[in-house]
Amino acid sequence: METILSIHNLNKRYGSLQALKNVSLEIKKGNVYGILGPNGSGKSTTLGIVLNVVNKTSGEYSWFGGKLQTHEALKKVGAIIERPNFYPYMTAEENLKLVCKIKNIDYSKITEKLELVGLNDRKNSKFSTFSLGMKQRLAIASALLNDPEILILDEPTNGLDPQGIHQIRDIIKQIAAKGTTILLASHLLDEVEKVCSHVLVLRKGQILYSGLVDGISANEGHFELKADDTESLIHVLNTHPAIEKTKITDGKVLVYLKTKLESKDLNQFLFSNNICLSHLVKRKNSLEEQFLELTKK
Amino acid sequence: MKRLLSIELQKIWLNKASRVLTLTYFILLSFIALIASIKFDIGTIHFQVAEMGIFNFPYIWHFNTYIAAILKLFLAIVIVSMMANEYSYGTLKQNLIDGLSKKEFILSKFVTIVLFSLCSTVFVFIMTLILGYSFSSYTELSIVFTDLEYILAFFVKLVGFFSFCLFLGILVKRSAFALGFLLVWTIIEAITKGILNFRIFPEGKIASYITQFFPLEAMSNLILEPFTRLSVIKSIGTQMGVENLKDYSVPFSAVLIVLCWTVIFLFLSYRILKNRDL
Repeated sequence: METILSIHNLNKRYGSLQALKNVSLEIKKGNVYGILGPNGSGKSTTLGIVLNVVNKTSGEYSWFGGKLQTHEALKKVGAIIERPNFYPYMTAEENLKLVCKIKNIDYSKITEKLELVGLNDRKNSKFSTFSLGMKQRLAIASALLNDPEILILDEPTNGLDPQGIHQIRDIIKQIAAKGTTILLASHLLDEVEKVCSHVLVLRKGQILYSGLVDGISANEGHFELKADDTESLIHVLNTHPAIEKTKITDGKVLVYLKTKLESKDLNQFLFSNNICLSHLVKRKNSLEEQFLELTKK
Repeated sequence: MKRLLSIELQKIWLNKASRVLTLTYFILLSFIALIASIKFDIGTIHFQVAEMGIFNFPYIWHFNTYIAAILKLFLAIVIVSMMANEYSYGTLKQNLIDGLSKKEFILSKFVTIVLFSLCSTVFVFIMTLILGYSFSSYTELSIVFTDLEYILAFFVKLVGFFSFCLFLGILVKRSAFALGFLLVWTIIEAITKGILNFRIFPEGKIASYITQFFPLEAMSNLILEPFTRLSVIKSIGTQMGVENLKDYSVPFSAVLIVLCWTVIFLFLSYRILKNRDL
């Protein structure tokens, strides 16, 4: 698969603060990547460096296999950073025309993209009259003007009301459905879980996890069980080879697994040991729990 | 190049304040012609400025470029704010992300500066020709086109001054502070000049030898004040026993120094932009 962006051992220092430590990342065409991390973990710094606005301290990155200079490559990239930045005294359309000039493309896509984000009827309004949600949607339209190879979004729903968040997510999903590669930085976990296929977890500038979203949330599932005789239930459970440990919380027995175990197999095993369950739920650990687990250390 | 220019002109032209200032500048420039209509009577003496010889070729080249250069402050405000705005709107960051390189960014500003300077120069050139042909006592071609170096000096002066403004805009990031800095710099140069002149090197030409390398001093050396050169004033001076031996021509060294400063300002602007995290 074609590599769009590769980052190798990137470091960034702000004075004595090490903002990024040996971050490496490979972005392949067609995937949707999420960068997760608490505030100040280095997400925006990473994106800032590859977008030519923050200087790296050391390390390498290359766009499209290093065939293009960074600023040429950025013409084929659509990016939105935290706050939508446009000229307040220009209208939406004028702002997009300016972006076209910078990217060296003609104006033919402007109407199409404004329609995509639902701003075509406001194209002659000055940018300064827009609400934050509209500004953010205009930023998305601007990022899509050149039908980019990759769309980079840094906290795209930050500060929006629930309606705005929903609109932005819908647009992102539409774009992802068309096969555009997306790199999404966020601290909102469900956002990443819903749209991303790959995830990178950062904390204090270091990578804690890098891989598939399923990989992070599927490896450890657990059961919630309840039976009349809790003591014998635990006793029997501990004899099962696939079970790592058991724990009692709120009158329920939590069962953590070493290896894969289906609910029906567990039920059958317990029944054959003369235990009838009154409650059986298999839970996947959510990305949120995994994330908290990862970033706690 | 055309692309960079069109990007920058769109940014300036669509901004109401910049548009008004630019237009004001050119309108005020054409008001220089109004000096011609100044006339008053003192008793029986009928006095008209236009008849005092200020519109005589080749003196008019000197006079008009000097007066026009005073108005450059209007465009300086436009240039400083077009740079400072990029910071405050966050559009500098966005421009770079959209695929403009830092070099292109500086270049687009500089090309605009050159265009502004060029327009002003052409404007002043045409206006001077018209004024001269209307009022000058001499209109022979050979006289009309002597001392054209003032026009060149005017152009160099504007480019140099605007580059300084651009540099300040990038350095300070806020238009008001950048203009304040410009004022402070003027004062610093004046004080240094005073100290050098009266304290350290009270005699000889060492002081002016040093001060000619200061950026603003070099720019003002390009076109010296034209008033004491007027024959009327000269003759008053001679009557009072002041011999005026001032050289009013455009010193080549000043042109060179200002061009050097222009390059230095551009280079420094680029360096700042390159090393700054946005």
